[in-house]
Amino acid sequence: MSTIEVSPSEPVSGQSGHSVVNDFSIQVATVNGSGSQTANTVLMRAIFQMGIPVSGKNMFPSNIAGLPTWFTIRASRHGYIGRRKEIDFLVAMNPETAREDVMKLDSGAVVVYDEPLKLSELRSDLHFYPVPFDKLVGPVCPEAKLRKLVRNMIYDGVVAQLLDIDMQEVRKALVKQFGKKKAKAADLNWGAAQAGFDYSAKTFTKADPFRVERMNATAGKIIIDGNSACALGAMFAGVTVVTWYPITPSSSLVETLIGYMRRFRHEPDTQKATYAIVQAEDELASIGMAIGAGWAGARSMTATAGPGISLMSEFIGLGYYAEVPVVVFDVERVGPSTGLPTRTQQGDLLTTAILSHGDTKHPMFFPCSPEECFTMAVDAFNFAEQFQTPVFVMTDLDLGMNNWMADPFPYPEKPIDRGKVLTAEDLQKLGGFARYKDVDGDGVGYRTLPGTNHPNASYFTRGSGHNEKAQYTEREDDYINNMDRLAHKFEVMRKHVPAPLVHHAPGARIGFVACGTSDYAVRESCDQLRNEYDVHASYLRLKAYPFTEELLDFVRGHDRVYVVDQNRDGQLLGLMRLEFPPDLIAKLRSLRYYGGLPLDARTVTDEVIRQEGK
Amino acid sequence: MSTTVPPPPKKVNRLGLEVLNYKGSKTTLCAGCGHNAISERIVESFYELGVEPHKVAKFSGIGCSSKSPAYFLGLSHGFNAVHGRMPAIATGAVLANHHMLGLGVTGDGDTASIGLGQFMHLVRRNLPMIYVIENNGVYGLTKGQFSATADLGSKLKTGAPNDLPPFDCCALALKWGATFVARSFSGDKKQLQAILKTAIAHNGLSVIDVISPCVTFNDHEGSTKSYSYMKEHEEVLHELDFVPFFEDISVEIPEGEAMDVRMHDGSHLRIRKLERDFDPTNRLASLAALEEAEAKGEVLTGVLYVNTEKPTFVELLNMVDDPIATLPEARVRPAKAVLDEVMEELR
Repeated sequence: MSTIEVSPSEPVSGQSGHSVVNDFSIQVATVNGSGSQTANTVLMRAIFQMGIPVSGKNMFPSNIAGLPTWFTIRASRHGYIGRRKEIDFLVAMNPETAREDVMKLDSGAVVVYDEPLKLSELRSDLHFYPVPFDKLVGPVCPEAKLRKLVRNMIYDGVVAQLLDIDMQEVRKALVKQFGKKKAKAADLNWGAAQAGFDYSAKTFTKADPFRVERMNATAGKIIIDGNSACALGAMFAGVTVVTWYPITPSSSLVETLIGYMRRFRHEPDTQKATYAIVQAEDELASIGMAIGAGWAGARSMTATAGPGISLMSEFIGLGYYAEVPVVVFDVERVGPSTGLPTRTQQGDLLTTAILSHGDTKHPMFFPCSPEECFTMAVDAFNFAEQFQTPVFVMTDLDLGMNNWMADPFPYPEKPIDRGKVLTAEDLQKLGGFARYKDVDGDGVGYRTLPGTNHPNASYFTRGSGHNEKAQYTEREDDYINNMDRLAHKFEVMRKHVPAPLVHHAPGARIGFVACGTSDYAVRESCDQLRNEYDVHASYLRLKAYPFTEELLDFVRGHDRVYVVDQNRDGQLLGLMRLEFPPDLIAKLRSLRYYGGLPLDARTVTDEVIRQEGK
Repeated sequence: MSTTVPPPPKKVNRLGLEVLNYKGSKTTLCAGCGHNAISERIVESFYELGVEPHKVAKFSGIGCSSKSPAYFLGLSHGFNAVHGRMPAIATGAVLANHHMLGLGVTGDGDTASIGLGQFMHLVRRNLPMIYVIENNGVYGLTKGQFSATADLGSKLKTGAPNDLPPFDCCALALKWGATFVARSFSGDKKQLQAILKTAIAHNGLSVIDVISPCVTFNDHEGSTKSYSYMKEHEEVLHELDFVPFFEDISVEIPEGEAMDVRMHDGSHLRIRKLERDFDPTNRLASLAALEEAEAKGEVLTGVLYVNTEKPTFVELLNMVDDPIATLPEARVRPAKAVLDEVMEELR
């Protein structure tokens, strides 16, 4: 992190002439383990309940207690819910980072801070509101050991007062957060929030321009994180075997799933489970169990992140060649070992597309929102069984672990598709079958499940050395035939993956291609480019790999196409380069961000302007 | 009138199946390989007990031993996993369909070297399946390197000695949770058959470590996994008789002569004492016996441990009685009202 020179610009006038309504970001800087998550969620939810589009992003360390953490809430009347680079409203609770946090602010920003930190001495171009948190918390929280937690709720009250957030919405959000069982805790926190509100009301004269006003843009919407959405998708997809190994940021996907499955997937008469969930000893085992289960006919899944993907590599290759359906949720994050495991990245695109040794190719789905996490999870299970292959649902930490405003999920319309599975009755009619024979011309053979009571049902499952009848072979022609059929199967998948979403800007010479959470920054950047630079850009959002014809058409239709990657090496662009003809490759430009934070629109806009030479 | 003599009636088991129905494709292992003898015992045991072939799923990892599931039970589904990770495949498959009888065949490299972690966790879970280790102390497919079960001082064909102590897979299985643990020798037809049959009847993880000499790379002077070494150092714990549930067990044995263990399916394992008193339900005594035998350079064979009480991993998961793999949509996709309820909570 760079240090910032103190450059005292002109002092802020006591009276601002304008107000900024429903368009700002609040950053709360705390120490992790201090219970600030509750206060932050309540604040975000209160704004949401006032009908204002909102997003919340937690930037946290790989640590349990004592290290800095920042939570950013963005309110946007325009509906932009991507990360905003600029912080307008800082709540500085962490002595360790307070000075640096203040120095990074743009002129005119607001700082609510813990009074003893004496931050107002640092700059004269900001609005400072000092709050004596320790003095305020005593009277509202007699129990000393709870004060550390309750203290944070005081800033909710202060911020609500300063920003005109309706305290009744804070109260409602608190009740929601704590639930009926913890009414006492909710009351305690409510007292603290009120103390903050009262202190602010009687102490401060509002000098900054930021405030909220009720809107009606969130009616009917829900707040949920992507991991929970994937979990719900898996449950409604009818998942039966779930294997996992704890890893940030995917652990909460399975933990949430366990909670829902316990509630909704036990049969009422016997209380017995219609599923099995196993915490494996490592990712080598979790993927192996999921593949074993898929082979035996279960709808199986595992969830992991980059390091797990690396470990699963060999087994995924076997899954590809043995043609076993399995769904892998990859919640992407930064780096191996003690890297930045709690920061976001689209770092696994290239490696996952061709995971394992030898010739392997895997379909990937790219949800960008909780709704898509849900629908694509449902689709992924059908797709895996339809094509008898591992399918990856690629999300990232930003989508997976942050809370998002979302539309309620649609109940799956399509019945569950178990793919080409032959029963004993089918075999009776057919006389027999050849496991890897392309009967229908789509490259997908028919399979039988262990336990099928017919003398012709069994086959032996192994790696790449098999013929159509699943018999062991090392013959050149058998091997080539099998490889060609697998390649053909992948080509057929192109016609069945979710199609990209294309927005053509009239007269646009340039376009964007992006996937997943890059969507929010790219859409906002399209507006910035148009409004600020009169640059018009089209946009194609990929929903899946393998790529479809729409992508080629899109690139053909533009002079230059910016491929947006949240990784250093331009992995999405790299995948396109693998398949594209040279004339189309020449049109591709790489736009990359890899700092570990969710991509923001300004970064995209600035880079396009730089490359366009404007 | 025809004078041809009708062919003698074919020998069949209680299901009416011939032994042929339990065979697999022709072995490609070396002539004299201990693994082939084990395959034959598997064929006989499953045939004689009348196990329905379609209710068996075969699993293996990588190595000579792991090739062998192709050579028995051809009417059963099989899965050749990656090296050392058969337990994961088997775990997933058995959970998906807990009506299947899992039969894993692995080697000492597959289990004790690359696969030690997965083996230990399989043991810890007490997954109901049979886990046969074809133990020859050496990597055959890669031409004769030591594995982690090679004994201290045992020599390679080149004369190079092994300078690290071995893992004893039975001791590991005993210590960490397997509920049927046995060691046998591929050359001991009767003992191995009784052990395999007991494993078929057992509800829990059966770990069977079978010393199975590699005639090509580890059957020479100086090897501790050779036929001749086993002849000199095998110490048979007891005599085993397996009485299947469908056979009459009325023959009484005089008190003190044999121990009778009633298995999950109603079969009985009868253990007749030889020279020593040995109680295979006493885990601590078993571990001690293994330690003592190792110190004396003996290879103890027989049933080392049997526990018919401990719950299996399948039981712990409290699954519905039908295999979860093939439950109909109505039982695995909650109703729309459930989604509505969850959405309401999130508003």
